[in-house]
Amino acid sequence: MESGEKAACRSRRVSRVLRIGFFQYMAQYMKTKLQYRADLLVEFVSDLMSQAANLVFLLVVFGHTSLLHGWTRDEILFIYGFFLVPYAVFGAFFNIWDFNERYIVRGEMDRVLTRPVHSLFQVILERMELESLLGGVTGMIIMAYAGARLHLSLHWYDIFLFILFVLGGALIYAGVFVSLATISFWSDARTSIMPMMYNISNYGRYPIDIYHRVVRYILTWILPFAFVGVYPASYFLGKKEWYGYAFLTPIMGIIFFAIAVCLWNAGVKRYRGAGN
Amino acid sequence: MDKYLEMIRIRFLMMLAYRTNYYTGILIYAINIAAYYFLWSAIYGGKQTMQGMSMEQMTTYVAISWMARAFYFNNIDREIAMEIREGNVATELIRPYSYLGMKTMQGLGEGIFRLLFLSLPGLLLVALFLPLRFPTDAHTWIFFILSIALSFVINSELNLLAGIVTFFTLNNEGLLRAKRFVIDLFSGLILPISFYPDWAQAVMKYFPFQGISYIPSMIVTESFQGQAIIDGLLFQFVWCALLIIPIRLLWRAAKKRLVVQGG
Repeated sequence: MESGEKAACRSRRVSRVLRIGFFQYMAQYMKTKLQYRADLLVEFVSDLMSQAANLVFLLVVFGHTSLLHGWTRDEILFIYGFFLVPYAVFGAFFNIWDFNERYIVRGEMDRVLTRPVHSLFQVILERMELESLLGGVTGMIIMAYAGARLHLSLHWYDIFLFILFVLGGALIYAGVFVSLATISFWSDARTSIMPMMYNISNYGRYPIDIYHRVVRYILTWILPFAFVGVYPASYFLGKKEWYGYAFLTPIMGIIFFAIAVCLWNAGVKRYRGAGN
Repeated sequence: MDKYLEMIRIRFLMMLAYRTNYYTGILIYAINIAAYYFLWSAIYGGKQTMQGMSMEQMTTYVAISWMARAFYFNNIDREIAMEIREGNVATELIRPYSYLGMKTMQGLGEGIFRLLFLSLPGLLLVALFLPLRFPTDAHTWIFFILSIALSFVINSELNLLAGIVTFFTLNNEGLLRAKRFVIDLFSGLILPISFYPDWAQAVMKYFPFQGISYIPSMIVTESFQGQAIIDGLLFQFVWCALLIIPIRLLWRAAKKRLVVQGG
């Protein structure tokens, strides 16, 4: 009886901490962002430019060929547009590119660990970059453009599937990159894996059947970036042969994110702090 | 001069301490190249040549461009930005060497390290399962090595410029990211410049970016012959020299208005 009350009291306190923590982080976030207003604009423009760069690649390539392994220009544009949406969600909430530098080498992790909220949750809140969500808007514009040219027909429930696929894709991204960030707990060396992994993740937005089966296997089961772009997008393009994979998207997302959280927890346990 | 050589050596040794990290890097590099190979196979779709390049030349182009990138790529723009934000730049400025020179030398140490421990083993690994074709003519290799050295200079100069701009904006993460993407696209890393529409090629002649990746890669795949090689190298030389001017001017202005935060 008494322990039950204690537990209830504790869970109330935890939820209060979470609530206060979240809003305080938000307020702090707005303040720091507005401090560097000019930079906010530059960041937004740079996001647009990075998408423009990828679009330029596609458009230039399709200036020399009309089909990519049986896929038309508009289908590939649609896949790219879709890919941008989960990627934007990931970018907004999992800005952990510099986790090693910022938290391990400079010892910020020690501060995070003294607080009563899960450390990964804190790191996510501290490094939130909500302006990345704008990239998702660009993605939807590209999808609308390509979709209109392809005369795609949508059902009423497709919007729910879209949300589900986007969340699944974002979780896959988060799973892979959080797992990579946890390497820092074991070795505080600087690594070039993250930017390289970013390059690999881009291949999920091309039709998976252009790759050798080994690469296809890797992009499906080991670094499952195909679930961020081509698989779920195939559903909306009505490519029936990929439907099975499309519906696996949210499940893969949950599995990979769960693995990442387990690795994170194991890493935190092993973490000895900066300095001595 | 000796102190700069020492800086290269120290950065190299610093990287060497962390070399185990690069074993995974090699593997990822190989996956990266392979994926591009399949993408280009699909783009060629049975065509013999595109824009005068065979599929074999294109595969070599992609592999070499990424290898070269590991060499010329460095984060000195980010390092300068960080040292400014944290105020360390003040102590660096009173030391008896050129701050920008030191940064460049550190970048070179890092580049040489990546060349030996990432690019070369990665390239060997890729050559095992992809049809790469390397030139047999010694002259081509000499031109390539010269060209790749100039790539490093141009890229480092652009990094220094971007880093110095931090003096004026204090936090320019977005700008640095944008610069990276412009370089990836217009340097010819992900797409040879010869694939762009004519008007775009004409515009790009007025920017230094193709001196970073396109020119050395075209030389080593023997897509450039004779006069084209000389023109390419001249293009790189001219930009190496031209870029010094804005660096000098901005650096002088930057030192004048340096505000050390919290100081």
